[in-house]
Amino acid sequence: MNRIDAKFKELKEKGVPAFIPFITAGDPSLDTTRELILEFDRRGADMIELGVPYSDPIADGPVIQSSYYRALSSGIKLADILELVRDVRKKSEIPIVSMVSQSILFKYGCKEFVKNAVNAGLDGATIPDLPIEEAEEIIEAGKMKDFKVACFIAPTTTDDRVDLIVRKSQGFLYYISVVGITGSKNELAEELTNNIRKIKKATSLPVALGFGISTPEQARTAGKIADGVIVGSAIVREIEKHSNQESSILVNKVGEFVEELVNSTKNQN
Amino acid sequence: MKTMTNNNINQSEAFYAQNVPDKSGHFGEYGGKFVPETLMPALEQLEKEYLKAKEDPIFNKELKYYLNEYVGRPSPLYFARRLTEKLNGPKIYLKREDLNHTGAHKINNTMGQVLLAIRMGKKRIIAETGAGQHGVATATAAAMFGLECDVYMGEEDIRRQSLNVFKMKLLGANVIPVKTGSKTLKDATNEALRDWMSSVVNTHYIIGSVVGPHPYPVMVRDFQIVIGQEVREQIQSAEGRLPDYIIACVGGGSNAIGIFYPFIEDKDVKLIGVEAGGWGYDVGQHAATLSCGEKGVLHGSLSYVLQDDDGQTSQVHSISAGLDYPGVGPEHSYLKDIHRADYVSVTDDEAVEAFSMCARLEGIIPALEASHAIAYTVKFAPTLDKDKVIVINLSGSGDKDSFEVARKLGIDL
Repeated sequence: MNRIDAKFKELKEKGVPAFIPFITAGDPSLDTTRELILEFDRRGADMIELGVPYSDPIADGPVIQSSYYRALSSGIKLADILELVRDVRKKSEIPIVSMVSQSILFKYGCKEFVKNAVNAGLDGATIPDLPIEEAEEIIEAGKMKDFKVACFIAPTTTDDRVDLIVRKSQGFLYYISVVGITGSKNELAEELTNNIRKIKKATSLPVALGFGISTPEQARTAGKIADGVIVGSAIVREIEKHSNQESSILVNKVGEFVEELVNSTKNQN
Repeated sequence: MKTMTNNNINQSEAFYAQNVPDKSGHFGEYGGKFVPETLMPALEQLEKEYLKAKEDPIFNKELKYYLNEYVGRPSPLYFARRLTEKLNGPKIYLKREDLNHTGAHKINNTMGQVLLAIRMGKKRIIAETGAGQHGVATATAAAMFGLECDVYMGEEDIRRQSLNVFKMKLLGANVIPVKTGSKTLKDATNEALRDWMSSVVNTHYIIGSVVGPHPYPVMVRDFQIVIGQEVREQIQSAEGRLPDYIIACVGGGSNAIGIFYPFIEDKDVKLIGVEAGGWGYDVGQHAATLSCGEKGVLHGSLSYVLQDDDGQTSQVHSISAGLDYPGVGPEHSYLKDIHRADYVSVTDDEAVEAFSMCARLEGIIPALEASHAIAYTVKFAPTLDKDKVIVINLSGSGDKDSFEVARKLGIDL
């Protein structure tokens, strides 16, 4: 069974939401990224969303964009990132879903990507600039290899589109909790609960909530209404804050922050 | 031989128009929509409203009114006698888009899109700009209709085009400097798309070229084809026939598609797009996307792109801020692949030389962008027979470039 499916199944039985930290591969280095993933696993994270840096992201805010530039400045390639995943798999079975731009996927080739990603031990992908209408090829390629292409739903998504997306998405649904780009917002958007409830009526797929969740308090709120909570920019900002320090100190500091988020996501009392 | 009536113009466009792009915005394999889900409903709304407006006589009448009375259309098709004599080849005509209000073809599109934004009830306009011509044209249309306007512009372009920055501010727009990446048009486009991600409910994004996700490439094209439609009638009265060559510069490609499109079914009319060859053909030295690029996804559509072997966008260079862009409109990629249009390039130096030549011979200072089209003509025309006819799209005025060219020539202003 695909690691993403297995994890959501396990958590559903326990009745707790998943906590999913996002980090950019290669920020500040591939070695540190590997250590961060292993640290997050030890600290209780359920799944990793691993960002593939891209020169011209449009769905990401300034914090993640800067992390992409930091990562790209060392000249890393998609092949290096798959190698990193292969390396992680020697020590950890934590599900890893990559976030990758269609610009990079198109160049690499959909089928080639799925094949190499699965071989490396990657479990799925989210493609923020690939709407459902253009996603057929990668979703089908993914199905052949049990590789999960998880699709996005936004607050602006119309009911017709929700129906289409829930039928196509694999592994889980990524609900964009705010109208906007990734980054911290002080309040979770209103109507969120209603929207999630509506989606859950239409599908049995787990729904993960991301974009704009940055504090333990927000993670707790998100965990009450969704099956998974994704935090990106706030963690990347922690990495940036400690990027001048030794890798082991950085890993420990960011690990502490992630543990705090894990605990508040799961502790729903 | 064909007779040139309005009816025939419509017929000649009909076949291509019915088939390209398809319903989902694909020109062959190019185009499409590659944007975050958050924006998809806005694109659907835009497409729906645009298709309705296009068929609405009231919308068309209003747009025509503003194009005629405010922009100053039709723009002249001017016989460049001295340039023709100097090159000793075909007759050369200049389509004077530089004479439009705000000095470039860009306003044809912004007038259309602002009217559309008003129809959709959107109160705020955002835009990206490279050379600043699209920014000024957007700020102008927004000012005239009393809409709020924010323009994203790369810091490098703000430096190169300070006059246009000042104009936008005079017109009441906010110019938001973009400090990321190469600090040019591509980065300004990223920022504008990001803004739209969080403001889509009350904001319309006016893309300035035939790039971006569907329906932008087709919508912007439709607002620009007035250029080619006028040329068709004007060259007919001047020469009694269609031109042999139409030459236009290509960055994103809106002025080129605007003048090419009404001639697409006229196979005897050769269409030539001229890209920015910059300093030369090494990576990072030019912006000749169709000449040197490959298929890729950038800013919401599949087209030719200048990128590395991992899909990361390459650095580009052109002296002309309006051509300094690593992508190109999907329809141009299609026209290249079906061999309906040819795409060539000229260097910065050749463009600057053509800029000066046009000023001295014709008393017209062309934009550096349009100077690329003239520069290619300077090389190309002497190889042709004198009985041929060339039309160059003089897409904008060079007033904005005076400082940059002076700097390049080592002159202090």
